[in-house]
Amino acid sequence: MTAGRTYGTRLPGLPDRPLPGKLIVIEGADGSGRTTEVVLLREWLEVEGHAVVDTGLRRSTLVAEEIDRAKQGHTLGATTMALLYCVDFADQLENKIIPALSAGATVLADRYIFTLMARAVVRGASRDWARELYAFAIQPDLVVFLEARSEILLHRAIAKYGSLDYWESGMDLSLSRDLFESFFAYQDRLSKEFAWVGTEYGFHRVDANRMPEKVHEDVRALVAPLYAAKGHRSPPAAPVSRPRRPAASA
Amino acid sequence: MPESPSPTHGYPGRLFVFEGLDGSGKSTQAALLGKWLQAQGYRVFFTEWNSSELTAATIRRGKKKNLLTPTTFSLLHATDFADRFERKILPPLRAGYVVVCDRYAFTAFVRDAARGCDPAWVRNMYSFAPRPDCVFYFRVPVAVTLQRKVSSRLKINYYEAGMDLGLSDNVEDSYQRFQTRLKQEYEQMVKTDHFTVIDSSRTVETIQQQLRGIVRPILDNFPMATRLMHDGG
Repeated sequence: MTAGRTYGTRLPGLPDRPLPGKLIVIEGADGSGRTTEVVLLREWLEVEGHAVVDTGLRRSTLVAEEIDRAKQGHTLGATTMALLYCVDFADQLENKIIPALSAGATVLADRYIFTLMARAVVRGASRDWARELYAFAIQPDLVVFLEARSEILLHRAIAKYGSLDYWESGMDLSLSRDLFESFFAYQDRLSKEFAWVGTEYGFHRVDANRMPEKVHEDVRALVAPLYAAKGHRSPPAAPVSRPRRPAASA
Repeated sequence: MPESPSPTHGYPGRLFVFEGLDGSGKSTQAALLGKWLQAQGYRVFFTEWNSSELTAATIRRGKKKNLLTPTTFSLLHATDFADRFERKILPPLRAGYVVVCDRYAFTAFVRDAARGCDPAWVRNMYSFAPRPDCVFYFRVPVAVTLQRKVSSRLKINYYEAGMDLGLSDNVEDSYQRFQTRLKQEYEQMVKTDHFTVIDSSRTVETIQQQLRGIVRPILDNFPMATRLMHDGG
């Protein structure tokens, strides 16, 4: 059962009773095999008899359109963009994730606050600001981080789309005019931020340079203990939840 | 060109903020002050709360369908403010303009707190917004604002009355209770956020004279428009 607690900020409207479902997060860069893993994991969990709801970023009905429009125009400032993503996340948390957890389902999240925090920090936000901004998020039972080298990410992107994505290459950061150079520089920065976020929030790293089946084996080994004793969770290691920093006095 | 950065936020421009309940008279005064500053030869930029195009449609849609929770409501307004800040407030501030804001982050602090959001969380969200050179807080009894509403036959809208909080089924009653909460939040910030309290029960002219008197010393040695655009102006 999910502790049902947030990372420190009171979420108005969050039921007082514990949430009986489980929240499993799969994080990783584009091309790390996240989506494939979510499909495999869902299949396995359903065969095992668990109700599964999946969720991801930019799927809320509230602002998904605004985000798409903003990305096309490339006109928004970094803070505005970070907040817009946060609205999208909050809407899904309150309208999809929490209801599903309340109903006892397993929520499989294809990315969660961690990607959003890393992206915001790479674009100039402070770590403290990002951490506090997302402190209303429910703490997951497990965060799996699929880790793959940037050369492998590059080849997977080219194989899949035939080119590199503007945003996934961090072109908005003006790191380089060259798409490939920008891609490597951006992925390098992101992975540094993920390293920080991962230590702070207790990621379970899985080597995603391998075939999907191998990756899935490792992920299963991490997920299985969550369902071990009837309805009681015993995660491989409790996620580290840092106490929030004290509010700055005015 | 003399550019003395503001001691409060460090930008060459100056930032004046007007806060208070709806119907406290702050918008009238903000507009008059802006006019006067312009007439004095300052470059003035004027901005209002909730006027960016980015999230306006979403906020409208969300409000109409009552889709918004306190958290998304708060975040949407922060997004909107950030967009306005990054695009419209910060550039003139950096360029040395006098920026007059009819409502600023404090409006979010009071509304979000009244809706039950964690105050520390809200403050953090808005930490990108610098402290103004002066915050004019228009103090007014809640009953007076309601009277103004009723006598001008303005319809009280759902969110203005805090109907989403379920305080009362009656709009006027809910309005009164919600505005009272907002006022309490404002009053708490008078000290912590160094508000300059303006007694709004006086005439428009009297209040405006007082504001001009307060603003003058803050703009001492502040360059006029001509000095910003031409050498030896």
